[in-house]
Amino acid sequence: MRTRCAWADRGTRAGWALLILLLLILASPALASEPNFPPLTGRVVDDAGVLDTWTQSELTDMLSAHEGATGEQVVVVTLDSLQGYTIEDYGYQLGRHWGIGQKGKNNGALLIVAPKEHKVRIEVGYGLEGTLTDVISRTIIENYILPSFKRGDFNAGVLAGATSMLQVLGGNSLEIGEPATSPVQGHFTPAVPVKVKPPSLPQLALIFLLLPIFNPIFLFGTLLIFFILPRSANRQGGSHAWDSGGGSSGGSSSGGGSSGGGGGFSGGGGSFGGGGASGSW
Amino acid sequence: MRLKYFRALTRLVAFGLVVGGLSGCGVNKIPTLDEQVKAAWSEVLNQYQRRADLIPNLVETVKGYAHQEQQVLTQVTEARAKATQMQLPSDILSNPQAFHQFEQNQAAVTGALGRLLAVAEAYPDLKSNQNFLELQSQLEGTENRIAVARRDYILAVQDYNTILRTIPGRWVASILYPDMKVRETFTITEQAQQVPQVKF
Repeated sequence: MRTRCAWADRGTRAGWALLILLLLILASPALASEPNFPPLTGRVVDDAGVLDTWTQSELTDMLSAHEGATGEQVVVVTLDSLQGYTIEDYGYQLGRHWGIGQKGKNNGALLIVAPKEHKVRIEVGYGLEGTLTDVISRTIIENYILPSFKRGDFNAGVLAGATSMLQVLGGNSLEIGEPATSPVQGHFTPAVPVKVKPPSLPQLALIFLLLPIFNPIFLFGTLLIFFILPRSANRQGGSHAWDSGGGSSGGSSSGGGSSGGGGGFSGGGGSFGGGGASGSW
Repeated sequence: MRLKYFRALTRLVAFGLVVGGLSGCGVNKIPTLDEQVKAAWSEVLNQYQRRADLIPNLVETVKGYAHQEQQVLTQVTEARAKATQMQLPSDILSNPQAFHQFEQNQAAVTGALGRLLAVAEAYPDLKSNQNFLELQSQLEGTENRIAVARRDYILAVQDYNTILRTIPGRWVASILYPDMKVRETFTITEQAQQVPQVKF
């Protein structure tokens, strides 16, 4: 009896050692040097605090109506600091970090404003480079955004910029000259009510965080239950104690499958390749 | 009794090792990373090609306003010709000489374009020409895409080379993928490649 216990002890110890080893392997993706990104709190992320609430809600309505109609995600962000990066360098990494646009379609775009550095950029996802071209992005910046920014009016500039981005994405051509807000707003008043789902973002995040940790455990669990233990138990002609213990560990891994979208707003996993244009004032 | 436990235990450990080995360090990972390197490289080529396609139009436009800048214009055209005419060997990614040559050729194009845009500063008519403005923003966008593509390629190669040079992957590669070699990566800094920004 004693010897048996000793073996069992060693068994669990070896198992633990292996588990820890696997955990270490899984937990070790190298920490690449990336800028710090503000959290994606909505379609309008006013990290610099330059937009008033009316503008923010106006933008949010407009942008979510656009996503409802086309599936394209457009996000407006003001940055407190570029952290020493160029806005081009920061912009595509921010877009990728947030995953704006749908996965596979990469149909996202960002309007990025860095008031401290006096830089503005329209960052265009791979999938939208054909409609929101570099030239058009430049035109929007020069004609619609910068005039207001030069006066110090961020609200008007951002609103006009986002409006004309949506206008172009909606298949309309830009109206050169005065920023035309009224017809566009008519076009983008949400015909479809915005769907609101119960907020479960933290839960989702937790599941995604825990999934890789549990993976090897489940793997071992299944192996243990289906291959190794039944055999050794059968050979011993032993009880069926193993069977009852097995059920619990398998189930909970499937919970993390559903993609983001609960609660406020989250990126669909789109990617960016540096398309768009920048400007400064 | 003892023996049976021991057998079960060794089986567990063996399973663990096989599973860990398969998922952690190589069998599928090496080809996956290899594909990522290839994809990143084709994006680099794609963006350089895009730039090369813009140049003839740009040269024509500038010529119309600044024909006396013949020297700069010729330099751009020649650098472009040299870069596009280079035959890329199929093993370019593991051939340091060819890779370096490619990089040098593209850097020459970048430099010549930078000079061309700097020269254009002196011609107000050119600077306000709609066609030129469009080409210029396309060129800036393309340079930015090149920078992103290069960085993605560097990261992909880093991952791939690391697994090929470190221990479990190294063994797996020497047994299963003897033809996979360490890849070359860019050496010229991005700063040296950047086109000077033209202010309006």
